[in-house]
Amino acid sequence: MLDLIKLRRQHGYQAIPDIKNAKILSTHRGYPIIDESKCVSGCSDCENVCPTNAIKVNPLSIDLGKCIFCGECERACPGGAIKFTNEYKLGSTGRNNLIITSGKLFADYEKEAIELRKEIHKIFGHSLKLRQVSAGGCNGCEMELAACGNVNFDMGRFGIDFVASPRHADGIVITGPITKNMAPALMDAYKSVNSPKIVIAVGACTISGGVFEESDELNRSFLNEIKIDLYIPGCPPHPLTFINAILDFIGKKI
Amino acid sequence: MSWIEIKNLQSVLLNDIPRLKVEDLRDQLIEKIKSGKRLVQFFGDAENGDVVLYAIAADDNASKLFIASTKFTSQKEFQSITPEIPSAHLFEREFFEQYKIKPEGHPWLKPLRKGIAGIDSSEIPYEFFSMKGEEVHEVGVGPIHAGIIEPGHFRFSCHGEKIYHLEIKLGFQHRGVEELFVKNNGRPGYLQKLSESIAGDTVIGHAGTFARATEALCNISISRRAKLIRTIALELERIAIHLGDLSALSNDVGYLTGNSVFGALRTKIINTTMAICGNRFGRSLIIPGGVNFDISPELRENISSTINQVNDETALAAEVLFSSASVLERFEKTGVVDKATALEIGMVGPSARASGVAVDIRSDHPFGAYEFFPVHKLTLNSGDVFARSYIRFIEIQQSVKIINDQLENFTEGDVYKAISPLEPNRLVVSLAEGWRGELAHVILTGNDSKIKRIKIKDPSFHNWFAVSLAVRNEGISDFPLCNKSFNLSYSGFDL
Repeated sequence: MLDLIKLRRQHGYQAIPDIKNAKILSTHRGYPIIDESKCVSGCSDCENVCPTNAIKVNPLSIDLGKCIFCGECERACPGGAIKFTNEYKLGSTGRNNLIITSGKLFADYEKEAIELRKEIHKIFGHSLKLRQVSAGGCNGCEMELAACGNVNFDMGRFGIDFVASPRHADGIVITGPITKNMAPALMDAYKSVNSPKIVIAVGACTISGGVFEESDELNRSFLNEIKIDLYIPGCPPHPLTFINAILDFIGKKI
Repeated sequence: MSWIEIKNLQSVLLNDIPRLKVEDLRDQLIEKIKSGKRLVQFFGDAENGDVVLYAIAADDNASKLFIASTKFTSQKEFQSITPEIPSAHLFEREFFEQYKIKPEGHPWLKPLRKGIAGIDSSEIPYEFFSMKGEEVHEVGVGPIHAGIIEPGHFRFSCHGEKIYHLEIKLGFQHRGVEELFVKNNGRPGYLQKLSESIAGDTVIGHAGTFARATEALCNISISRRAKLIRTIALELERIAIHLGDLSALSNDVGYLTGNSVFGALRTKIINTTMAICGNRFGRSLIIPGGVNFDISPELRENISSTINQVNDETALAAEVLFSSASVLERFEKTGVVDKATALEIGMVGPSARASGVAVDIRSDHPFGAYEFFPVHKLTLNSGDVFARSYIRFIEIQQSVKIINDQLENFTEGDVYKAISPLEPNRLVVSLAEGWRGELAHVILTGNDSKIKRIKIKDPSFHNWFAVSLAVRNEGISDFPLCNKSFNLSYSGFDL
């Protein structure tokens, strides 16, 4: 009994108090800043080392929907044209927003990345229940989504939770590149959610196929039929990335 | 003809691997396994229209690996070895699925990954085992599960609450990983990143295993400092997952203090990994030739103080957890896998050690920095949920000690060395002890010095069957607890 009290004291209060302004380690690779003027002419080293073809040169851009944030481009660049910052609020409602071009500062990205829709705020602004579907996810995104509910991030305090049944959910969260074998189950889960419903794509694999883009074992036809409402890039996205994207998406004031 | 004998990470010319008659390979493999060796790999490779089957057995006591092969030209079947060697069960199914050569007499020949969802009529349909009888009923769960976990289908045959049989149908996560390695064999940078995504909970484990295989095929050895950093990362991964598992196990028995406390401790460990390499799971740390990130003296101090603090707090939390009567009531004598069964089905990792099987690749087939110091193999005997939980706690303590030792013995030197092209026409076996158990990558290179075949094995490949056996005669409500006590990978199995 005494040990239990001691343990509770030692544990203390773990939740991050101000989730919108939470500090993250400087080593974390988040939003990349591109300065094309530093490019060495004729060089395409970054494009060559990129494992997911997220980078294009002339003009230089990085597609966060493909990027796995490995930082190989930053290391390969002889001129220092690419610099990953630790800015973690990367969620976006538009696919095209995820393509970062030269000179785009994080503040500009953040301003326009998430479009607040009135009806979303009205319906889901106070409470949002989500059903997660792993469709070929490697368990990286899955573990980070599970971590959103732990004592540190405690997403439940904002009225946002993962639920067991799609019947209880307001939307689905997809992880993984969508394998052939999971495609039917994913569609079933989507159809089982009552309208109005939202779809959130988490991680490079879901958004673009990621490192599995060229696999013959995928069936991404779901994405041709169903509109994605929110993109959350990363490999895997940090829990702070996920939670903040959702809070901004539903316009939750905290 | 005798089998060629090699060591972990020692590459061998493909031509030097003995080619036996199919019957001889079968007989000799059975003899080897029955005399105490362990089946490590059993896989095919297409060669000029024929199929070559490679079998690899490990002598864990002598740190040796034995390889032989056989060739199928027109022959489309062979006599299954599974009835004699149950641990070959999934290997033979995999070989059949990939090369259409049938193991005659296999007791459980079903699809493994392809055709699992029953969407393609050209593939073999999957048929479940079914039980009939009064009051016998079936419960199907999945592929989508209640929690935020990967998909797989579980089919329980029950009588009342009691499970008679559990059939686990996986393959939903199949992403064609092995094919992607071969398809992109001209892009070594991509391949290293792909290896990190084989199983996203074993990033350091798989990435390190793949990188060491690559380095062995280039015939280079990396600096001691790089090896130490990889070892620290691998042990941090082990600590983090074990803490996460203790948290989840606590949750599964309604012990919420454990759930909160171990979960918070895990966060500290994965944030330490992020302090090293910028990612909570260690992505981008390991590259062939060394590591991308050095550990500064200041960071060494931070790591040391964090893990020592976590170690102390874990000790207190474990003391409370393992002395709680309500927890022990659920943990003890639940989901038992005895030692004989564990050996028979070829279990690996902490789950095997919890059943009294002393197998630990760090000690049996040392790799990387584990060549410099011995790792004591920790075993328990009861093989129940308690043993699989408690072994995680004592392994955390062991890993903390290993990391502290590495930090004290940190050496100077570069952390990266440029690699040369792979040597052609060779085979290498790379074994490592991930947090879940034995990781085994086998790479074969072609004439063009590129990867022509890779065979990847996650420890889950051996251990999933143990889950089926563990839940027999248990109440169905204990399934989540039993399953969590193994915590196996779906994507690592499905590839």
